Amino acid sequence: MNDAQAHDIKKHVRTYLVVFAALLLGTFLTVAMYAVHFQSMAKTITIALCIATIKASLVAGFFMHLISEKKAIYAMMAATVFFFAALMYLLVWSRAQVPLGAEYSPTKHVPHPAADVGSY
Amino acid sequence: MEIPYVAKARPDTGLFNAKVGIWLFLASEVMLFGALFSSYILLRVGADPGTWPHGLLNIPIGTFNTTVLITSSVTVVLSWASLKMGNFAAYRKYQAITILCAFAFLGIKSFEYRDKWTHYEVWKTDGTRLTGHLEGSPYFWNTQTLQQKKLDSIKLHPDARHYAFPAASPAGEAGHAEGAHEAVEIKTSDIKRLSAFVPSHGTFFAIYFTLTALHGLHVLIGALVIAYIWGPGARLWKTDPERYINRVEVSGLFWHFVDLVWIFLFPVLYLL
Repeated sequence: MNDAQAHDIKKHVRTYLVVFAALLLGTFLTVAMYAVHFQSMAKTITIALCIATIKASLVAGFFMHLISEKKAIYAMMAATVFFFAALMYLLVWSRAQVPLGAEYSPTKHVPHPAADVGSY
Repeated sequence: MEIPYVAKARPDTGLFNAKVGIWLFLASEVMLFGALFSSYILLRVGADPGTWPHGLLNIPIGTFNTTVLITSSVTVVLSWASLKMGNFAAYRKYQAITILCAFAFLGIKSFEYRDKWTHYEVWKTDGTRLTGHLEGSPYFWNTQTLQQKKLDSIKLHPDARHYAFPAASPAGEAGHAEGAHEAVEIKTSDIKRLSAFVPSHGTFFAIYFTLTALHGLHVLIGALVIAYIWGPGARLWKTDPERYINRVEVSGLFWHFVDLVWIFLFPVLYLL
């Protein structure tokens, strides 16, 4: 290995350490966000998944070197992303197929479980 | 006949065989975990309001385990960089930390599993529900166990609150943060159902154990592969260093994927 390549790798090592610090910070933020207790569940889920996606992108981009990979790998990943998105769309589609009123029919009222919980 | 491109990259794609193989395998893994994640979302979204348990998992332990896995991910990539620079001793040191982190993760996870298998919920005939630990901390008891053992009553140390109630304080696990109460005796005739926190307890634990056990299996397999390359497989470094570096890179890619899955599992299972 020549000096230029060694210098290049050393530069990468610095990047890995910065990413490591960012991942730890992301983990801390995720737990801190839980402690904040947002009123809206949707907001909590969105923020938690956004932080997780940023962390996952850092791992994939820098540790797995996806940021500077060959075209063949990008082609494989593009196919994966397409099928993964299709799988997730099936979820949205299946939810949309539930007829209105089918989930909480007044004739099939299910009591809130907290009402059954004894005090102790 | 010699197999081409096991060490040198193919000129047109710029990739060696194993790298193509691992990325195709990871693509299939994305779909496997994707299917399970979508099952989780369906169960979570479809659960009636107030029925999805909260605070049953230990957040400090989960956070610590996340840190352990992130640390192992950085040591994997540092070990690969060390090999690239020809520093075999540094590679050995970093990968030793990776293997230790992997087994630490599994050890902590098994501790969490053990805690769930000795934690119970009792559904009483009067409609009330209690969670807590049985006297003697037995494993895997259920309603049938009470009949088989011909017990007249059980002694339960109830949790301070039931998981169906939202946590008063976000820090901690239902029943643990606020301490267990004095033991109460419950007659077997008053018990409609008894279950430990095992997959048959309900949908939450069914999907929790499926996802985390599958992930744990990946951690175990990844650790064994890395340990083989680090130990007996290291002879290749002397005979064919380029191929050895490729093996470290490929096993590292798998390891990063395992870390990546946990990055999503942790908030989804522990926090939401």
